[in-house]
Amino acid sequence: MPKIGSIEELRALKERAQKDMKVRLGSGTRITVGLGTCGIAAGARETMRAVVDELARREMDATVNTVGCIGMCFNEPLVDIEQAGSPRITYGNVTADRVPRIIEEHLVGGKVIEEWVVGRLDTGGN
Amino acid sequence: MTEPTARAPVREISLHLLDLLENARNAGAQRVSVEVVEDGAAGLLELLVDDDGRGLPAGRSETVFDPFYTTRTTRRVGLGLPLLRAAAERAGGRAEVTSAPGRTTVKASFGLEHVDRAPMGDIVGTLVAFMLMEGAPRLTYRYAASGDEFEFDSALAEEAAGGELTATDVSGWVRDYLAAGMGALRRSIS
Repeated sequence: MPKIGSIEELRALKERAQKDMKVRLGSGTRITVGLGTCGIAAGARETMRAVVDELARREMDATVNTVGCIGMCFNEPLVDIEQAGSPRITYGNVTADRVPRIIEEHLVGGKVIEEWVVGRLDTGGN
Repeated sequence: MTEPTARAPVREISLHLLDLLENARNAGAQRVSVEVVEDGAAGLLELLVDDDGRGLPAGRSETVFDPFYTTRTTRRVGLGLPLLRAAAERAGGRAEVTSAPGRTTVKASFGLEHVDRAPMGDIVGTLVAFMLMEGAPRLTYRYAASGDEFEFDSALAEEAAGGELTATDVSGWVRDYLAAGMGALRRSIS
């Protein structure tokens, strides 16, 4: 029966699968996906998966987490990107297919994709 | 320009589960256990989510199913539970919540072979999304079907990872492990 046999089994799996992180994004890089009922209904779980997969594909690591409804249900799925020293950017209608471009242009290239931005919060770090 | 997309608006049971897990986390739960039982003899698919969060105020176990009850001051509930109940009843099942401080249980059943039962959907995607949530409670997951079962405990996975699970962990080995374990059992409820 497939139960978790042991910690060793999981560790072995991890060793086999894990790559060394070649690129670690600047400390404080944080990607947040809205996973309230509204986000889930709009496809946020798939967005979340796309974020995680795209980071792994590029061998990048960042803090990825989720938040509940923030009252902008009509723009879900919402994805927030926070980087030290930059305003916090909220992208709207981020279906999974939009994720690679956000990672490419915003995280890697440092360029905000203005036409997808629905919110911006100056965190005072610029 | 908006283009039509092929995203099918199919509601999956695993999406309801994600919703329930988010509720548990918002309720400050330290642990949440999920059981999915495929009971062929009874013709039912059962979903049980049990958490140790703060629970609902007394007398609200039924009103949480009223979509218009929710006030904006609490985000504990909203449309999530009414939608779950609708999905269950549409498939000849039911959904109930019992709650006391420190112990909340949501139980839903669906007619296993009912034509209107939503598909289980991407349960692995639900579990890994949950494990990445900030402050996610410890998750135990049990899936039983036809006398076989698969169990998972996020605490063991964290121990193996040597700390909190990262995006890389869950996109790789944790997801593979869950998919392989459940793949063996996923026959009728895909």
